[in-house]
Order: sequence, then structure tokens, then C-alpha cells
Amino acid sequence: MTALLFLIPIALFMGGIGLAAFMWSLKSGQYEDLDGAAHRILLDDDLEEGRPDN
Amino acid sequence: MTSANAWPEERGCPSGLEPPAETAIVDPAPFVEKKGGNAHLDILVFGAKCAGCISKIEGAMAALPEMSSARLNLSTGRLSLDWRDGAFEPVEIMRSIDRLGYRAAPFDPEKAGEAEDAEGRRLIRALAVAGFATANIMLLSISVWAGEGEMGKATVELMHYLSMMIAIPAVAFSGRPFFKSAWGSLRHGRANMDVPISLAVILATGMSLFEFFNGGEHTYFDAAVMLLFFLLIGRYLDHRLRQTARAAARNLIALQAMTASRIKPDGSLQSISARAVAPGDMILLSPGDRAPVDGVIAEGSSDVDMSLVTGESAPARLKVGDVIHSGVVNMSTRLVMRAQKTADESLLADLTRLVEAGEQAKSRYVQIADKAAALYVPVVHSLAALTFLGWFFIGDAGLRVSLMNAIAVLIITCPCALGLAAPAVQIVATGRLFKRGVLVKTGDALERFSEVEAVVFDKTGTLTEGKPRIANREEISDETLMAAASLARISRHPLSRAVIVEAGAGAPAKNVIETPGKGVEGEIDGEKARFGAASFVGTASGEDGQLEAWFRQGEGEPVRFRFEDGLRKDAKETIAALQQRGLAIEILSGDRESVARDVAGMLGVKNWRAGLSPIQKIERLNELKEAGVKVAMVGDGLNDAPALASAHVSLSPGSAADASQAAADFVYQGDALAPIADAYDVSGKARRRMLENFGFAALYNVCAMPLAALGFVTPLIAAVAMSSSSIIVTLNALRLATGAKKK
Repeated sequence: MTALLFLIPIALFMGGIGLAAFMWSLKSGQYEDLDGAAHRILLDDDLEEGRPDN
Repeated sequence: MTSANAWPEERGCPSGLEPPAETAIVDPAPFVEKKGGNAHLDILVFGAKCAGCISKIEGAMAALPEMSSARLNLSTGRLSLDWRDGAFEPVEIMRSIDRLGYRAAPFDPEKAGEAEDAEGRRLIRALAVAGFATANIMLLSISVWAGEGEMGKATVELMHYLSMMIAIPAVAFSGRPFFKSAWGSLRHGRANMDVPISLAVILATGMSLFEFFNGGEHTYFDAAVMLLFFLLIGRYLDHRLRQTARAAARNLIALQAMTASRIKPDGSLQSISARAVAPGDMILLSPGDRAPVDGVIAEGSSDVDMSLVTGESAPARLKVGDVIHSGVVNMSTRLVMRAQKTADESLLADLTRLVEAGEQAKSRYVQIADKAAALYVPVVHSLAALTFLGWFFIGDAGLRVSLMNAIAVLIITCPCALGLAAPAVQIVATGRLFKRGVLVKTGDALERFSEVEAVVFDKTGTLTEGKPRIANREEISDETLMAAASLARISRHPLSRAVIVEAGAGAPAKNVIETPGKGVEGEIDGEKARFGAASFVGTASGEDGQLEAWFRQGEGEPVRFRFEDGLRKDAKETIAALQQRGLAIEILSGDRESVARDVAGMLGVKNWRAGLSPIQKIERLNELKEAGVKVAMVGDGLNDAPALASAHVSLSPGSAADASQAAADFVYQGDALAPIADAYDVSGKARRRMLENFGFAALYNVCAMPLAALGFVTPLIAAVAMSSSSIIVTLNALRLATGAKKK
């Protein structure tokens, strides 16, 4: 049972990373424009023209 | 923009084609925010739907000089622009978007009330934390339940300890939305749904703490966070629904951000916000412009489109000295008007006030969910109190056991299923309608629509297409049609438009001039040709009194074009379908009596009234209301907006006046009326699902309550009961999405 002593903290830590990642993605506005993000992946003209990726 | 523009070859994304803008370009200059040499502007772009649209629009913006950032949000249609102030005229922005073929409107920052969705962010953060805590505590709790009898006491204590360490911060963080609202309502001496929720969560946590420190075997940390998790899902869904509705309303408000071209005493033009127009100002109305305020014509004469104001389908002609109301669209030649009222005193504003009055009345509507909550709070609290008293005095069980059982009652009856029942159904139903092109603006609109007993239709633009169509195409040769169209191409007059639509693309004739109220004149094959009123081409008008125009080339025989405002294709079927569902149908029109009678006759509608003013329409609706009939109003004109707002529920087509769309509960896209019947069916089903859900939640409570009151509820039973009831309610709501037709 002593394995629990390090397994549980590891599980909690990993869950915590997930939570932190979600909070970060929320804060950086990744859910602001879901439709746009889906379509922007198709754009590549910004590379050719050297236009800054805004 | 009176150029022979017609239809440029490339107009934007083929999937996102909006009809070419009928109105002139709005100068967004009054809406630009300037700060330290930088300018910022938010524009609403309509019709952008794909990667091509993003790249075209952002590319065009980046091509403007000194544009530092241009970002289009495809989900909301909002285009954010930043540039160095003074690098170019702001109207250039609108011009280049128009050139791409998209319709655009500037956001009025004051009106749009930049609503950062702070509430939504708080809820989703709380939800994420509650989810994390629920999952991890469940992990620990399940091992305790599963290992009962085998797990050592020290290990159980470790598990409880860890659960406590997760639960306390999670409850403190995720519970805030409920605690705050409960505290706010308690301070005003009332109890809302959040009071029992907060009580259950706090007591469950507190009791678990007490048990933990006193070596008890059960803790309810998992129940406390799970309650929060499920409730937050419901809360978030509800919030999202309202947010979408609000965004839709905001977009419509943006469309009303009108500007006006003021002619300064020195003759130069200045673009100002419509609200800045003062009585006495001279305003230039180019063809396509909408009058911003009420006033009189000071210069010029022109055909105007009053349909949005009066519902009258035929264009009217205004000359010097005539009164022009706000909202009237100039169609043929340039006009100068003298403002007589400010925007706030004008007809448009009067209508807006009527709309607001109607909406206030509507906001008093009590949803099923509110009714359930009103019943729930006192019942649950008194039962919990009874449980405590029963165990303490009759069962003689001591303070600790009595309190624990009372708390168990609170926990197990906590309104998870109740909180999810309505929002889950509403989200699924609105999602399903959205796929069919119906935008639902408020969640309770579904409930209200399902209660309706009668449907009242406006005529022009709702039952009919709102645009004249050539009625005697077979009497006109193709050559004549093309010749007439070549003249009509320069005109914005609705009859000219009808001819162009029928003829399709082509080149305009030479030297074409438009004379307002008469017609257009130009050269075809070296001959003079005219298209317009009978007197204009030198003949007598037809005797049947129908809408008509004449075409004559040189000294040839004049050709008569007859027009009618055709019924929408499925108007008859939809009316029949609604009648079949037991709904009474009535037509209220602002148009002439003869036209209204014809339409009513064709559709088989017995109740109809014609020549009604906006106020009379409301009066008729109130009459029905007083007779106890719940009415759905369908309309599109500006004159319908107040009626839309005061009806029990209202619908308007996507082609409607902006104010009407803003006032309506449902906005349906496309030319068909079938979505009305669809929306009615889905509303009915949604109401049934909601009632089932509430019924189930009640049944669940009836079963679970005695168990809790009698002290049989362990943390395991509480967890299973709570999650299963929430899941069942959600699944029942999802049945709506499958669209399987039962019954």
C-alpha cells in the first residue's frame, strides 16, 4: 500500500497539469473564435507574403 | 453608388454571398476610437464563412496604408482593426469590404456596450476546477467504497485527508457563483434556488470536516464537489444560451448604428452619427440612404421606399416640402432634407420605445423552471427541518445523527437534475433549430411558442416576398425584356430591380438618366428608349389598377410590364400546416385593402385586416390577449416591430428590418415559411421534454427523500443517485437532437 504514497501525488499532479493547461488555453483566448481557428489552418498565404502572422 | 454596377463578377466567397447591399455605404468615421495617434474600429461583417473569406477580408485590410492589425473573428463576424490615425479615410474600410461583396456595419461602441463575457469566464473556470476536484475525489472515494472491510483504517483516513485537501479549495472557488447569488438574495430577504444549493454544499463540506476530525467513517466531500460540478454545467449551458441570444441582439443593434451626411453651411459634407443630427441640419440622402430622422424635403424629388415604415409595397414619390420619416429609404436620385426632430424624437425612436415597452411585458413571463424552483425551495427546507426534528425528538437519536440525516436530505434532493432539466433541453432544441436556419434569441421563447393558440401574420415581406415580380412574363418577348433591363440597370427602383432579376446579367444601355417618379430613359441601337410610368412613355395606363411599367423603343408599340408581389412559395402549405395543428390564423396588413383581401383569399385565411398602423396592430394583439388568446406574431417591417415585441412570442424572417429582427424571438433564414412550422414543432417537443425532466426530477426526489430522511443514505448512494439523475435528464434532452419522430 505504500505505493499509494507516491502514486496518488503523481496522479493529482498530472490532473493538475491538465487543469492548468485548460486555464491557460482559456486565458489566451483559444476558445474565442472556434470557427475561425478551424478555417485558418487552411491559410498559408501569410508565409509566402511574409505578412506577420497576426 | 448609382453607377451601372449591377453584379460584379467576383463577389466574395461563393458560400457566403449576401444579396448585394441595397443601401449605400455607411461612413464609420463617427465610430472610430482614437487614442494616442492610433485608431481602432470594430466592424460587423456579414456572410464571411470560410478560410477564403478570412484571407480576402484580412488581406484587403492589411493592404490599407499603416494598418497595424486586422483580425476577423469568424464565429462572431467581428472584424477588429487598428491603424495609425489619419493614414486613410475610415470610409475606405467599408468601401473595400463592399468591393469584396460582404455587407458590413460599424459597431457603435456606446450602444454595443462592449460586453466582455466575464461572467462566462468565471463560470467555466469554476466548472473546470469542480470537474478536476470531482474526478480526483471520486477516484479516492471509489477506492474507499470498493475496499470496504479490507482497507486499513489508516489508508481510509489518508484517502479522506486527501479528499479534504482537494475539496476545501475547490468548494471555496467553484461555489462562489452560488454563494454570491444566495447571499445577495438572502440580504434582500428572499430565498432563490441558490440558497438550498449553497446550504447543501456548505453543510456537506462542514459535516464531512466534522466527521473526519472525529474519526467518523463517512465523509461527503465527493458529494459536495459533484453537486457543484453538475450544477455548474447547467448554469454554464444556461449562460451560453443567453450569451448567444445577447450577441445576436447586439449584432442587430450594430446594424442600426446609422450615420448621416450633414451638409455644412460652406457646402462641404461631414459624416456624423445619426444621433448627432440636430433639428435644422441639412442632410444629404444619396440613393440607398435611409433617412436618419424625421424632416422635410428641402431639395430634389425622388422615389422612396416606405415599406419598412408603413408596410405599403409600392414606392412613393416625395418632392420639395413633403414630410419624410426616419427609416424611409431613398431610391432614385439625391435628396436634401432638413431635419425637424432629433433621432430620439423621430418615428423610428417611437417605434423603438413601443418595442421596449412590449419587451418589458414579456420579461415578466415565468418559466417552467422558475415555477419549479418556487415550489422546490420551501418543500425541501421544511422536509430537512422535519427530518432533523423527527430524529432528534421522536427518534431520540442525538444531535449528531439527527443533523447528519437532515443534511443528507439536503444533499440528495439538491436540484442537480432540476438545474440541468431546462438548460439542457433549451440548448439541444436551439441547436437543432439553428441547423435548420432558425435563430432562437431567448431560451424561454420555446416555452412561449409551444403555448400559442393563434398565429398572426403581417403580409408584405412575410407572406409575400416583399418585392415585386413580373406577372406577365409570357406576354413580353426576350428582346424587349433585355432592352428594358438595359435601361433598368442604373435604377434602384423596385420595379427596375424586378426586371433585372428576370433578365439576368447584361450590359447597361448608353446615356441612361433616371427621372424620379417617371422612369428611365436612354439609347438602345441609336434609338431613344424609355421605361417607366405610362405617361412617361406616352400611353394610357392599364385599367386593372395593377402595379405596372411601360417600355417603348423609338416610336414602336409600348409594351406593358405588370408586376405583383408574389406569395412565398410555401405560404399556402405552411398556413395549412399551422391550421392543421389547431392554430387560428389571422393577417394584419398595413397595405391596401384590395391587396390584403387577395392574399387572404389565396391562402384560405378568413380573418384579415388591412390598412393598419403600427399602433392599430398592437391594439388588435391586445384585443386578442384580453380575450385570453396567446398569439404568435410573424412580421418583417419596421411597422411590425412593436407588435412583434408585444405578442406572446414573435418570429421574423432574416430579410426583415433590423429593428424587427431585434424585437423577434425567432429569426428564420431563407425564402421559405416552413421554418415557422418547424419551430412550432420543436418548441412543443422541447416543452414536453422539459416537463418530463421536471417530472423525473420530482419522482427522483420522492424516492430518494424518504431514504435520506430515514438515514439510509451513504455517500455511495448519494453519489450514484445524483449522477444518474443528472445523466438521465441530459439524455432525455438529447433525444430532441436525434429528431426521431415518435407519435
